[in-house]
Order: sequence, then structure tokens, then C-alpha cells
Amino acid sequence: MEALEILLSASFWIATIRIASPLIFATMGELLCERAGVLNLGIEGIMTAGAFAGWYTVYAGGDLWLGVAIAALTGMMFGLIHGFLTVPLGLSQHVTGIGTTLLATSITYFIYRVLLPQETSPPKIDPFAPLPIPFLSEIPLIGQALFAQTPLTYLAFILVGTIAWILNRTPAGTAIRAVGENPAAVESQGISVTLVRMSAVAVGSALMAVGGAFLTMSAFNSFFFEMINGRGWVCIALVVFGSWKPGKALLGAILFAAFDAYQVRLQSVVGNVVPYQVFLMMPYVLSILALIVMSRRAGYPKALMIPYLKGER
Amino acid sequence: MISNKIEERRDLALRLTRITKRFGTLTANDNVDLSLHEGEVVALLGENGAGKTTLMNILFGHYLADQGEIEVFGKSIPKGDPRAALDSGIGMVHQHFALVEEMNVLENIVLGTENLLAIKSQKNTAREKIRDLSSSVGLDVNPDAIVGSLSVGEKQRVEILKALYRGARILILDEPTAVLTPFEAEKLFATLKVLVSDGLSAIFISHKLNEAMEISDRVVVLRKGRVVGEKITRDSNPEELSSLMVGAEIEAPDISDPVLGEVALELENISTSIPEMRINLRKVSLRLNCGKITGLAGVSGNGQAALASLISGTTQVKEGTMRIFGEIPERWSPKVAISKSIARIPEDRLHTGMIGDMSVVENIISEKYWTDRFSRFGFLTRQASEDFSREVIKNYDVKCPSIETPVRLLSGGNIQKLILGRVLDESPLIILANQPTRGLDVGAVAYVHSQLLKARDRGAAILLISDDLEEILQLSDRISVISNGRLSKITRRGELGVKELGALMTRHVPSSERLNDAA
Repeated sequence: MEALEILLSASFWIATIRIASPLIFATMGELLCERAGVLNLGIEGIMTAGAFAGWYTVYAGGDLWLGVAIAALTGMMFGLIHGFLTVPLGLSQHVTGIGTTLLATSITYFIYRVLLPQETSPPKIDPFAPLPIPFLSEIPLIGQALFAQTPLTYLAFILVGTIAWILNRTPAGTAIRAVGENPAAVESQGISVTLVRMSAVAVGSALMAVGGAFLTMSAFNSFFFEMINGRGWVCIALVVFGSWKPGKALLGAILFAAFDAYQVRLQSVVGNVVPYQVFLMMPYVLSILALIVMSRRAGYPKALMIPYLKGER
Repeated sequence: MISNKIEERRDLALRLTRITKRFGTLTANDNVDLSLHEGEVVALLGENGAGKTTLMNILFGHYLADQGEIEVFGKSIPKGDPRAALDSGIGMVHQHFALVEEMNVLENIVLGTENLLAIKSQKNTAREKIRDLSSSVGLDVNPDAIVGSLSVGEKQRVEILKALYRGARILILDEPTAVLTPFEAEKLFATLKVLVSDGLSAIFISHKLNEAMEISDRVVVLRKGRVVGEKITRDSNPEELSSLMVGAEIEAPDISDPVLGEVALELENISTSIPEMRINLRKVSLRLNCGKITGLAGVSGNGQAALASLISGTTQVKEGTMRIFGEIPERWSPKVAISKSIARIPEDRLHTGMIGDMSVVENIISEKYWTDRFSRFGFLTRQASEDFSREVIKNYDVKCPSIETPVRLLSGGNIQKLILGRVLDESPLIILANQPTRGLDVGAVAYVHSQLLKARDRGAAILLISDDLEEILQLSDRISVISNGRLSKITRRGELGVKELGALMTRHVPSSERLNDAA
């Protein structure tokens, strides 16, 4: 019974939304890249770089929002590297993506060591504070979860709607979807496939980095090694889970976060009987199961991972 | 019809000067000059691989020419830039439609016409414009339909609308009728005539003579990348154009009387059950004799695929017996079929016949690389495969830059010659020729026919499956009709004409596919 009571506690729902926020940013970023036909496995490294860049900006005396902007720029830079190698040069997106992750992660750790050589425990910053919305935050059970979070969480939710709007309602979104499906059709309409894909990868990577920055600037207040801890890979799965649709991907992120928040709480209930590793494993096992069920009829972009080189026969 | 005098007074819409394009060592276009006047239709005629599509892709900016000038309405346009081509008034209807199947008609048409930084797509305005446009030129398409759900003819209409929506004044149509039914093709011609009478100019790419004769004012013939002739259509005739296209007169094959040989392959009351096929074989009995071509006519999708799959070794017999030279094979697989001297010329030459990204030499040995001839102790013997490849290329007149060239870079005709060479050079006893000339040009068709007849005279038993009745009637010593998975009685050469065969073909067709009741 105690196991079910967890679901009725406000703290569970607050944690769920908090855990989901960075995933939402990064998933939207990956979704944007993939809708344009570019798989971005640089996500894990880009999130690491974003987490550090945002946090260090604030630690060095910058404003919190400046930190977010610097994180986004850092992500964009790595996105441009990944984009340049995979779009105009048409290299393997898998290999390049993993390379980008290794590069971004290692450079981040290196710079951390160079900038803070003497620190044994990482310094702390003042992170984003929760910004409760009057009245709405007082709704029982979900009020605190949805309307008493930090501004970055609100931004994450607004982002989902924005991405959906861009993809479905704007000329740029039509072009992005089209290059992900049939780049030749886009070129024959006079739009540069390279330009559209590069832009999507750059912007998508910026969002991934903001997702990383959420961890150091909103969820926690400090930067640790290994703090991204596979969240980037989870986001890749969430994009598939969401069938490349922003709304469904959002649901996936919340579902995954709920499993995660639930397992932590379940540990304190039945932790003396079951080893804790089983709980840690739970969200991943459940996401694999959900993935199997959901991705059966996933409508993946037809030109995903297929380089488009102009003038080739 | 336009008199010469009027034509001279008309303004030039387009002029291509000395266009040259090379792909590696292959020269696809060699100093090509082409002009087009306002309100004129020029047919660009040539065999497959003559360089027609390459030329148009250069004009449209998909390819960058190595040399040459493009002038549209008197202004030179930058090369290799589709945007510049579109802005100058050129619209292209691609042979393989440049459409996004997952999006709707409206989105496909509007793509690239709006500012990419706009906050909202003006779909309602665009929808009105498309409706007006389509009703004024008689191209009826629902703007909100998903392109993937449209028929081929409708997709082509979307391609044309796309060009017109952007205000194209020059329309390039790349083999527009290749994918259309005769009825749809007629509709297309009618539309084109309306558009041209409104002042549009068009380049009509084709390898079909009668189409070029019907639609064009002028014909430009390309052969091997060069312009070999330019004729005012009404002063020319199909024979003249044909010889220009091919470079030599084509003679009808001389067919000798068949020599009745032993039974090579015998099917007795065979049924199949292949789940992915709509029509399976039902109690089919058939004998293939050495030295004879047995033609199998039929509306496509009536069990031809199941029969071909069975003989190729990719399908097992469910009921009945199959004998090869009197023996019932113990196991049945493609490898066994090859070892029983069955040569397979598959229907889809690029997807089941060849591996496009692999080289000519790898493809040539792909059916037999494991034999002692091409490998020793599990290692390929390079020399043997190269020798064999050179022999095939020479004997079967395959045009390819080198034996290391990926097969996908060759033209359809050359790929088919490669397949023929691969299997026929081994002097097989049984030949399954499934749609052996589909999509090939006149010269290549004649070549394939002559090779099949040669194999027959050598004593091979040949099963010819074809949608082309003329081909069946011309080559076959005996003809059977397949319909709904069953075979008709075998008839001998000359017993039945096109009409009678047509009637047999449509007799048992499922009602959904019946075109006209031939009873």
C-alpha cells in the first residue's frame, strides 16, 4: 500500500517535473535534429558542455540568464562541428556523433581542471529559485509540481509548444520536415538542404546544452563529472518513443521522469528486501518496454541518417 | 502547327551553349547546344543513357556543368543553383518526383516560396491560389491530400502545379509518360497543349518516338551525350528519328524454326503459398523444352511473381512436383537452382539482380563466387573474376568506365546486358527471363532479344515472362497465359493474335482490376 501512496504525494510529482525538465530540453533538441534528417549522438557531450558552460558563467560572476545563453552558444558550437562533418561532408552520423560526445565531454573536463585546479569539492552557485505562480500553484497534488518550479522548467514546457508550432505552422518547419523526408524535393524548390540541416542541428544542439545547464543551474547548484549520466542517450530513446512528435516526446519525458522519481521513493519503502540496483534499473527497463510497444509503428523521417550530397548520382 | 516564319520571329526562351559534363571518365554531355523559343515544345529524344536527364539536371542546377553557358530569356544564369533556375522561370517535372510523400499537396507546392523566417505559413492564401490555378489549367488536385496517398498521375499533376505556382515559363518534363497509364498520358498531353497555347515553353524528354511526334514542334536527338540531329517535327518521320537515336537501322530478328528438344523443366500440378504474394500458383502444369521459348503473357500481378520465385529457387513447392531433366530436386534454393544450370534474369534488375553499390566485377561473380573457379581455400581469386568480367563486358557489349565502377552508375540497358552476360556466358540450359526488356530503349531491346534467340538456338529452354504482348508474340514458340494463378492451355506460334491473347488475359482477372470485359 505504501508503494501506491507515493503516487499521491506532492513531492513525487514535483520531483517528476524537475527530473523531466532537462530531458524535455534535450529531447526537443534531438527531435529538431532528427526531423531534419541528422542523428545527433553528440547529445551526451553537448549536455555536459552546456552544464559546465552555464554553471561556470554564473560562478565567474555572470547573471543566471547569461549562463543559459552561454550554455546555448556552447552547444551551438559543438552542433556546428557535428553538422559540418555530417551535412556538407556527409560523414557517418553515428561515428561523428560519438566523436562529438567524446570531444565535448573531454574538452569540458579539461577546461574544468584548467580553470579550477585547486578545488577538491566543486564550488556552488546560487541556482534559479522556484517561481510559484499565484493561485495555480495552490491546486492540490499537481499545483506545486506544475506551477511552483523554476523559470527554466516553465521554459521547457513553452518550448514544446514552440517546436510543435515551428514544425507544423511555419515555412521553416515545413522545410525542416521536408529535408528529413526527401532532401531532393527541397533542393528542387530552391532551398539549400545544407543550410536547413545545419541550422536545425545548431539550434537543436543549443537546446541540448540548455538541458545540461538545467542540471547545474536549476536542479543542482554545482558541476560534477559524470553528472549527465546517460541522460542524453535517454533523450535519443525518447525521440523514438515520441514518434518524432514534440507532444508525444513530452509525455515520454514525463513518464520516464516519473519512473525515476518513483524508484527513489520505492527504495525507502521496500529497499531492505530488494537490492537498490534493481530500482536504479527500473526506469531504463520500463523505457525499453515502452519503446518496444510504442516504436512498432514509429514514423521515422525517411531521410534520417542519409547524407544528401548535391550533384551525386 | 507553327510555320517557320513565325518561329523565327519568336523570342528565344532558353539557350544552352556548349554544355559539357563528365562523371569520372564517362562524358555524359559533350558540347551540347540547345535552344527553345517561347511557346515552343522541343522534344529531347534519345536512348537511355544518352545524357538527356543529365542535361536537364544541369539546366535546373542540380548538377554543375564542367563547361558551358545557360541563358534564360536573354540573361545568363549562374550554374549549379536551382534557386536561380527557379527564379528565372524554369520549372522541372522530375522523372522520380521531387515530392515529400508524407506532407500534403499544399505544403509541397508552397515549400520554398515563403520567407523561411516567417512566423506563420500563409496556408489559406496559398490554398486559394492553388485552387484557382488548378481549375484554370485543368489540373485537378485536392490541396489537402497527403501526397503519398495520390496516384502516380496525380503526383505528376502536383509537380506541374508546383512549377506553375512559382510562375514557371519554361517547363521541363523528364520522361513524363514513363509512369503513366495511356489514359493519363493523354490527359497530360491535353494539359500541355493548353499550357503551351498560353505561352509556356516546354522541353519534353522522351525515348518514345510516337510521343515526340505527337507533342513537339521540334525534335533534338541526343546520342552518347552529343546532339546528333535536330528536326522540325512535321518535316520528319519516326523512321528517320529512330535511326538518328540508335545510330543504325534496327532489323527485326530472324527466327528459325524450333528444334524440339528434351523436357528441361517440368511443373506438375504445382501450387505455392507465399504469404507476401497476393496471387499464388494454383495447380500449374508447364513444360519447358530445350530449344524453345515459352512465352508467358498476363496482366501483371496474376502469379507471374510466384512462378518466377519458384523457378529462381526463392520459394518452395507446396503441392505438386517439379522435375529438372527428369529429377526431382531434394532441396530447393537459389544455390541449387544455379547449380542445376538455371539462369535467372530478374524482373527488378537493380534491386534483385544487382547490388548497386558494389563494383561490376563483384556483381558479375556474385552468383558463383564460392565455386572453385573464383575462389581457393575461401579466398577470392582476383585474376579469374577479372578475366571473366572482361570477357562478359566484351562479349555482351557492356559500356562501363571500368570493372571497378559501382553498378548503380551504369544505365539500365548496360545493367541488363551485364545480367545477361553473367548468366548467358555460362551457357545455361534453362533460362528464366522475367520482364527482360522492361524500361530499356530500342537498341537494348533488340540486343536482349537477339541474345535470347541465340540461347534458344543453342538449345536452352527459355521461359519468357513479359507484360509486353508484342514481345511475347515476336519471340515465343509457344505461349501460355497466366491469370489469377492458373495457366491457360499452351498455344503454338501464330495460333493467337494480340486480341485473342488480350481476351485470355482479362478473362479471370479479379473484378477490381478488370479494365474491360473481353468476353
